[in-house]
Amino acid sequence: MQLPPALHARLAGAPGSAEPLPVERDPAARTAPFRFAPRPVRFPREHDFFEEGDVQRHLYLQDVLMQVGGAPERPRVPEFTCQVAGCCQVFDALEDYEHHYHTLHRNVCSFCKRAFPSGHLLDTHILEWHDSLFQILAERQDMYQCLVEGCTEKFRTSRDRKEHLVMRHLYPADFRFDKPRKSRGPVMPGAAEQVLAEALGDDGVPSEGDAMEVCSEHVEPPPVPAGERRAYSHRCLARI
Amino acid sequence: MWSRQRGRLKPLCCGVEELRCRRREREAALRKARREQQLVSKRLLRDEALEEAEEGCVAMIFGEAEIQQFLQLAQRGTEEKEREGALVSLRRGLQRPETQQTFIRLEGSIRTLVGLLTSNQALLQLEAARCLHELSHSEQSAVVEACLPATSYLLTYLSGHSSDFIELCLYTLGNLIVESEAVRRQLLPQGIVPALAACIQSPHLTVLEALGYALSQLLQAKEAPEKIIPSVLGSTLPQHMLQLLQPGPKLNLGVAVEFAWCLHYIICSQVNNALLITQGALSTLGLLLLDLAGAVQRTEDAGLELFLLQKQPSLLPEGLWLLNNLTANSPSFCTSLLSLDLIEPLLHLLSVSNVVSVLVLTVLCNVAEKGPAYCQRLWPGPLLSSLLDTLAFSDTEVVGQSLELLQLLFLYQPGAAQAFLQQSGLQALQRHEEVAQLQDRVHALQQTALHG
Repeated sequence: MQLPPALHARLAGAPGSAEPLPVERDPAARTAPFRFAPRPVRFPREHDFFEEGDVQRHLYLQDVLMQVGGAPERPRVPEFTCQVAGCCQVFDALEDYEHHYHTLHRNVCSFCKRAFPSGHLLDTHILEWHDSLFQILAERQDMYQCLVEGCTEKFRTSRDRKEHLVMRHLYPADFRFDKPRKSRGPVMPGAAEQVLAEALGDDGVPSEGDAMEVCSEHVEPPPVPAGERRAYSHRCLARI
Repeated sequence: MWSRQRGRLKPLCCGVEELRCRRREREAALRKARREQQLVSKRLLRDEALEEAEEGCVAMIFGEAEIQQFLQLAQRGTEEKEREGALVSLRRGLQRPETQQTFIRLEGSIRTLVGLLTSNQALLQLEAARCLHELSHSEQSAVVEACLPATSYLLTYLSGHSSDFIELCLYTLGNLIVESEAVRRQLLPQGIVPALAACIQSPHLTVLEALGYALSQLLQAKEAPEKIIPSVLGSTLPQHMLQLLQPGPKLNLGVAVEFAWCLHYIICSQVNNALLITQGALSTLGLLLLDLAGAVQRTEDAGLELFLLQKQPSLLPEGLWLLNNLTANSPSFCTSLLSLDLIEPLLHLLSVSNVVSVLVLTVLCNVAEKGPAYCQRLWPGPLLSSLLDTLAFSDTEVVGQSLELLQLLFLYQPGAAQAFLQQSGLQALQRHEEVAQLQDRVHALQQTALHG
């Protein structure tokens, strides 16, 4: 049985569907013992009706079913170097290069050469670090924008913003993209956390791959109490 | 890089019968899990090319000391290749649950991993993300919840540009989401919905499929109708989802499958379907269904029975349910069904299963109950002989629905009762005379047939 050609055309919006036939019911139709009455049916999501479909879905997720659409082959290419000035990273696969480029060269501040994971964070950084108008306005109104995409709250100080990030958005207190600007003096005592984070791949020289501070105010980092040498995972769970 | 060659078949290391057996076992386990509301499935992304290269090296179980060593080397090694290599070894070890347990219990381990995830070394970042991904796939909640400190970063990276990395973050997030409500209670205030709404504009199909997966896990949560779906509906996500389901040359099945499931979870939660309708959900989905039907047809022989669903019997109930809801209170849909000659294809479905037969008969009743003008179009034709066939079924619901349809035909179509008698209808009715749920209706029909 072929799919009726008229069906496709009709449901795709072709005009000319006939007027509906006249409806004329006889009251004898629904008299006992007969009880049929047309009605739309709704199934709640846990209903058994959906069991078969759910099972198929989960088999698919577990890769037991044949996947639709495989990933294309990723070829190796002859070695090449990153073309960005000052970078000598070598690659033999385009995808490796793609990630490298996007991480280190894409959202780079042209003033201080710091790299950011997204355009949004870069824009925020430029505004707060390199825009003198921002500094002036910030003295009189709330200018520090929340970093979470979709949140329109603004704050008077970066410290207030950090507090908002932690309390309202459950961000970690040492969120790496909201670190205070490094002071020009010696490393502050008690800033053990910062040293650890900073030590990761950072040789202290501001270069293209430097730590991604966003906020420009100098904020005293909270000292790490001696007793709190716990695994990070535990601390976060306690907050929940 | 991170190539998933999922379309490729792995060489069979066990017989076909064993595969079938495993599949049956998996199905049974899933059914059981669903009944207990414990349906949790995760997606694991692994580089199969890499795995093949590493074949023969079974993932080791690492102890504390070894894990410490790998982490220290990754953090402070001098050679970049060395640092990467350390993380690669760690990642392979993390394929074992024992290693995962040891890892999360080790003080500072997650913290270090998160530090590497956010470092400025791109390839280290990637390997760290892969380690997290392995952890996210665990069946132990403790292991999965240990990944919570990373979520704000995973979300931040969704606004980046490196498609493979974003894909990895999304699958990791999806795995975390499905694990526990504690995870979701953190992710929602962290802004996962706006992050996904921004990310869905990516042109990369792999990213979109991963996003669909993560979103479907979010929407499947039991608290979704109250806590998640309203904000999803309030975002730009539905519009983009519908766009990705538009039929045409750009439709990608892997992506479409994920977003179809997302829509299913939203719609059957009955939160605000009217909104979806105003965004064109009905026409998009209708056209998509047609497009898929056409595709199924094109790949089959001319002998194909049914207009859409013969190959996928599990889809028949859904399709017919849809038809029921469309025809129940709509004279124009019923008229369309008749004028588009869809009655005969429907009748062909009567032999598939009891559930399907009841649904088909219900749809036919929806049409017939609208009166003589409709019954006239159902007559003559194969309908009577199909009904006589269904009367031979033993399932009471099927027979009951057949009796309802017969009554409507007798009432509205002159000559129907006569034809019924002539084709030994009475004998067909007789076998159900003693059945409790059927006898009243059987007797009524016998009377009508005999005496008009």
